[in-house]
Amino acid sequence: MDKMISSSERPKQFDEMRGFDGALRTQYADIDAQLLSQPLETLIQKQRDAELLFRRMGITFAVYGANSSEERLIPFDIVPRIFGADEWRRLELGLKQRVRALNMFLHDIYHDQEIIKAGVIPAEQVLGNSMYQAAMQGVDLPNQVYAQIAGIDLVRVSENDFYVLEDNLRTPSGVSYMLENRNTMMRLFPNLFAAHTVAPVEHYPQLLLETLRESAPEHIEDPVIVVLTPGTFNSAYFEHAFLASQMGVELVEGKDLFVSANKVYMRTTQGPQQVHVIYRRVDDDYLDPMAFRPDSMLGVPGLFEAYRAGGVALTNGVGTGIADDKSTYLFVPEMIEFYLGEQPLLSNVPTWRLDRPDELKYVLEHLPELVVKEVQGSGGYGMLVGPTSTQAEIAAYRERILTDPAKFIAQPTLALSTCPTLVEAGVAPRHVDLRPFVLSGKEIRLAPGGLTRVALTEGSLVVNSSQGGGTKDTWVLER
Amino acid sequence: MLSRTADHLFWMARYIERAENTARVLDVAHRSALLPDDSVGVDARLWYAPLNICGSAPGYEEKYGLVEAAKVTHYMALDPENPSSIYTSLMLARENARAVRGAITSEMWEIINSMWLDLKRMLPNLDQFRLEGFFDWVKERSHLFRGVTLGTILKDDALYFIRLGTFLERADNTARILDVKYHILLPSVDDVGGAADYYQWGALLNSVSALEAYRKIYRDSISPMRVAELMILRADMPRSLHACLNEVDATLEAINGTTGLEARRLAGELHAALHFTRIEDVFSRGLHEYLTDFLDRTQALSDEIHHAYLSLKDDSSSTIRPDRFQLQIQ
Repeated sequence: MDKMISSSERPKQFDEMRGFDGALRTQYADIDAQLLSQPLETLIQKQRDAELLFRRMGITFAVYGANSSEERLIPFDIVPRIFGADEWRRLELGLKQRVRALNMFLHDIYHDQEIIKAGVIPAEQVLGNSMYQAAMQGVDLPNQVYAQIAGIDLVRVSENDFYVLEDNLRTPSGVSYMLENRNTMMRLFPNLFAAHTVAPVEHYPQLLLETLRESAPEHIEDPVIVVLTPGTFNSAYFEHAFLASQMGVELVEGKDLFVSANKVYMRTTQGPQQVHVIYRRVDDDYLDPMAFRPDSMLGVPGLFEAYRAGGVALTNGVGTGIADDKSTYLFVPEMIEFYLGEQPLLSNVPTWRLDRPDELKYVLEHLPELVVKEVQGSGGYGMLVGPTSTQAEIAAYRERILTDPAKFIAQPTLALSTCPTLVEAGVAPRHVDLRPFVLSGKEIRLAPGGLTRVALTEGSLVVNSSQGGGTKDTWVLER
Repeated sequence: MLSRTADHLFWMARYIERAENTARVLDVAHRSALLPDDSVGVDARLWYAPLNICGSAPGYEEKYGLVEAAKVTHYMALDPENPSSIYTSLMLARENARAVRGAITSEMWEIINSMWLDLKRMLPNLDQFRLEGFFDWVKERSHLFRGVTLGTILKDDALYFIRLGTFLERADNTARILDVKYHILLPSVDDVGGAADYYQWGALLNSVSALEAYRKIYRDSISPMRVAELMILRADMPRSLHACLNEVDATLEAINGTTGLEARRLAGELHAALHFTRIEDVFSRGLHEYLTDFLDRTQALSDEIHHAYLSLKDDSSSTIRPDRFQLQIQ
């Protein structure tokens, strides 16, 4: 216990290891005995070993604007975050339910728009949204699935209360860290895995490959699948290369592909070869200079037309941004009830919309207590975390809100759960979130767990890697 | 295999091989500098040779002017501004590998990545006096990379393009080493047979790890003609032109598909010529002339390989994005 920060300093949040009252939760019993009981120096040495492994394997992310020699490591924490089997089963059901409804919503929006006709979601919320792709109207996609790969960000506030912070339906990243974190833990602590029955995640690339195969255009028996990356200087390049190699498919850049008669080909040493499914890690806007941004050099001219004509499948589909927009987020519980006739199993965070005058008024009066986000922001950029901001920051943000209130939403500051984490002073609680990856093909699949991100700065609630957050291995116990 | 992938693999291998050869050339220059020789201009001659072999002379002269041992060594080993320094070669090898890390095995990537990380770590402590250990390190790493490659990668197109890069680069380097040495060592035919001459040819053989082989095969004193024969025509000598073209020829045959017929023809022609040439023919034509012609022909072969397999052709409408790195300079 000497290296645990004393309990009086422990925040009042739910702790993954010790709940609210400090009593050890059962799934952490062995970790407490086998891992945390080691001398601090041993833990620090293990942490260094982990960093070396990551550095040697080149598990890095490039920082925008920095030169190539400045690839950074995402800090890795050696204390795992652990879910019990039942705990995870409930989450899994909620995640599948949510992603099923989101895909039904996307299909509906780009077809008959029943949800608008029924008055559940206002027409302007959808049609007036810049993420709405009018060109997708009426396009039929395999399995009627738009977001084959979804990353759902969850936070926990008590034993049984999980909130969805964000649905990421465009090109969610981080799954390579889920896999490499596990790999690293198994190299460093083989004995821990001998003592626990940790559900494996190593088959994720196989699940992804199955999902991509099922997403191929109709009548293609043995589809050729590729991963499309913006290139080596993209921050998630490591992940793109990793997934392509784990699935045994080609990693391509836009310049490797060309379109002819609404079919897509890659340039190979044996001449052109047709491609049927593109797992694209390039955003909509950069996908095709003929359809979207003409100045984009990352994409493939004519790709969008080929996609609309059914000559090639793109995962995720084009136009999914309409469903993960932070203002559409508000309606997800309604979507679940509307399409599935079920009560949502996972909660939304209560959210104020600043385009509504009374809610705007409330929010402006309570800025120091709230988190304010841009509707279309991502990666933790451009948000205000009231409780940890200075008066000047709050005042400046107030000005931004007043310029265009409709661009923002606000949420209460949640008491995010904490998890024991190795920091300079020893093992101390730090806030965590969780991003499970939900795959939708003919059926919905997910690997147990996900990516746990941890805010390494004491008291900080921001876990994004672009904001200095770290990651942990996430365990789901099989019993 | 993607043309771009093949291209990166080809150049990854070339840059590793180039780093190794540059290390060999510099190593020999360092050893030679230790030999007693007080003839006029020996230093300039000695240190101009590595610059000349590696095609770095114009860049060096622009930056430093006069040839000096320490500056030449630094420029060729560690200078990021020199496009063919060991530093640059390893950086480009790693960038090419990174671009296709899914196409190589993780063990290959780990070697090439840690080689680069180690180099950056060692850099502040490398100076003229510790470089010999450094050259050994470069050679060892290159050997290690080749070994790991052969030990872990599937025998398919990825390996074939790696081997093409390796052996084309090696053939090019061996020819250059031989050509430059020939000029330095034989200002006039009268010099043949002196002690300095013996050491210099010995050093050349050492640079390509061929001294032991020479002794084993010829069991006699070192003569330029035999050195040339060993380095050009002996198929059992791993760095000889003949051995390199053996590999290139066989590898081109192994590559899948029917593109590249012209490349195969060129390689076959070059290979056959080496197979049937006698060293007397080489010398009666002139060693320098022979080597210049060989370098021209390997360049043509390399161009043809690019044309057949590696370039992003057959669609004029596509936008070619300018690479952040010019990965394939030279």
